[in-house]
Amino acid sequence: MAIPKVCGIETEYGIFVRGAENDPVAASSLLVNAYADRLGPRPGWDYEHERPTSDARDPDPPAFDGGLDPELESRLVNTVLRNGARYYVDHAHPELSTPEVRTARDAVLWDVAGERIVRRSVDIALAHLPPGAEIVVHKNNSDGKGNSYGCHENYLVDRSVPFGRVVNGVLAHFVSRQVICGAGKVGSEFPGQPPDAVPFQISQRADFFEEQVGLETTIRRPIVNTRDEPHADPLIYRRLHVICGDANMSQVSTLLKVGTTSILLAMIEDGALSDDLLPANPVTAVRQISHDPTLGATILLDDGRRMTGLDMQESLHEQAEIWAGRFGLDSVGASVGREVLDRWAEVVSALRSGDGRAARWVDWVAKGRILDAYSERHSIPPGSARLRAIDLQYHDIRAERCLASRAGLEQVVAEEEVARAVEEPPVDTRAYFRGRCLSKYGDQVVAANWDSMVFDLGHDPLRRVQMTEPLRGTADLVANVIDESSTVSELLERLGS
Amino acid sequence: MAERTHREPQRREDETSDVDEAVPARNEDGSRLKAELDDLLDEIDEVLESNAEEFVKSYVQKGGQ
Repeated sequence: MAIPKVCGIETEYGIFVRGAENDPVAASSLLVNAYADRLGPRPGWDYEHERPTSDARDPDPPAFDGGLDPELESRLVNTVLRNGARYYVDHAHPELSTPEVRTARDAVLWDVAGERIVRRSVDIALAHLPPGAEIVVHKNNSDGKGNSYGCHENYLVDRSVPFGRVVNGVLAHFVSRQVICGAGKVGSEFPGQPPDAVPFQISQRADFFEEQVGLETTIRRPIVNTRDEPHADPLIYRRLHVICGDANMSQVSTLLKVGTTSILLAMIEDGALSDDLLPANPVTAVRQISHDPTLGATILLDDGRRMTGLDMQESLHEQAEIWAGRFGLDSVGASVGREVLDRWAEVVSALRSGDGRAARWVDWVAKGRILDAYSERHSIPPGSARLRAIDLQYHDIRAERCLASRAGLEQVVAEEEVARAVEEPPVDTRAYFRGRCLSKYGDQVVAANWDSMVFDLGHDPLRRVQMTEPLRGTADLVANVIDESSTVSELLERLGS
Repeated sequence: MAERTHREPQRREDETSDVDEAVPARNEDGSRLKAELDDLLDEIDEVLESNAEEFVKSYVQKGGQ
C-alpha cells in the first residue's frame, strides 16, 4: 500500500534592492533577520543530519550517524519559525520551506503563508534601509537573463520501492505537468537560442534542464533529482526532492502541482502506473512542450508514438481515477485527493476547449491572457520591455504591484486560514511538535531541524529530541503533553526522552 | 501567445441564441473574465513600474538552485 504522502514546498524568491547598493545576500539576510527578530530569541538551524550529497542511486541508504558538511553558503542566516517552517538565505536568495504537511491543500495553505511572511519581512526591513530605498521580491524562477532559482517540492516515498521505478514512473508527469501548472514566461533562456525566438512559453524553468537524472541542483540541472537525504528514518523512507517545478502564484496551480505528483507517487508505490508514457528524450521534451503554448506540440515516446503534453496529462488522470477506485485516496488525504482529481480533469478539459476557464486556475494561461490583451491594446511587439515587466510583476509580492492578485485567480484557501498558518503549524505532522515547542519553550530551544530539536534545560548536557517519523509529534499524539508541561524538563520527562 | 484561451466555446447547431437558458454557464464566466481583464488593462499602467525598460534591465539575479 502507498504510504501517506507527507510533502512540502521550498521557494527561493527573486530579490533586488533599489535606491541603495544591490547586495542580494545582505538584503536576504536582512529579510530573514527582520522577521525572526521581531519575536525575540530564536533558535538556529541544526545541521546534524544534513547530507545533501547522498545519492539515491547508491545501493545502500545513507547512514544515520555524523554527517557531511552542508554547503557553506547555506549557513548564512537560518531560522525555524513557529509555524514549523524554515526561513533562511540560500545562495543569494531568501528561501522559505513550508512545514511538512499531509495534503496538497495544506501545501497551498503554508505556501501562501510563506508569501505573507516574506511580504511582512519586506515591510519590517524597510525601517532598516536608507530613505527612498526598497527591497523588491518576486516569487518567480528566473530573471529573464539566464539565471534561475528554484521552487522545490518534497514527497515522502517508501524506500522499498526501487529508485529506478520511481524515476521511470515520474518522468512522463514531470515532462508534461507544466501544462496544468506552469507559471509562464516571456522569451527563451535556452542557451544558444535568441530570447525572442519564443515570445511566450509555458514554464519558467524548462530552459534550465540539461540532464534526465542527477544529483545537482544549481548546474546541469536534472529533471529527476537524486538527492538522498530523507530527513526521516532512512531504512523506511525516501524524500523525493523535485526541482523541475515552477513557483506558482495561482493557488489552484500549486494544488495541482503537489496534488497530482502526490497521487502519481502513490500510484507508483501501489504498482498502478503504466510505463507506456515514458518520453524518449525527456530533456528535449520538457522544452518542446514549454515552447508551444498552443499545446499542439507532440513529443516522442519511448515506444515510438507521439503525444501532446495535454494528452499525456489526460492519460495520467485516467489512470489515477482507476487507481483511486482500486486503492482509495487515503494516502493523499481522502477529500483533498478527490478535489485534486476533479480539478485535474476540469483543467485538462478547459485547456482542451480553450474557452478561457483555465485562466482562473493556471498561471501561464492567466499571465498569457494579460500579455496578449495588453500587446493588442497598445500594439506592442512581442518581447518588448513592457511585456517583460508584466511577466515580472505577475510575481511581485508587493500587494500594490502584484499582477497575479489582479488576474481573477480562484482562491483555494481563505485569508483567515492563511493568517492562522502564518503563526501556527499543521496539526497532523511532526511540524506540530516543532512549532508548538518553539511557541511555548522558545527561549530553551537551542536549535531545530527537520528531524530533531535541541533543548537547553539550563544545565549540561543539551538534550536532543529525535523526530525521525514524520507522522509522529502530531496534535493527536502530543498536544495534551505539551499543554500540560509548563517547562521543557516536564515535557521531556513525559515524553520519556 | 496562448491564443487558445481566446476562443469562445463552440456552440451546438441546435442551440438558439436568443434564449438565456441556452447560454452555458461557462460562457457567462467567460464574459466576466473578459470584463475583469478589461478592468485590469485600464489600471495596469498605474500598477506597472513607471520605467519598464529600466526595471527589466536592472532585474538581474544570482543563480540559485
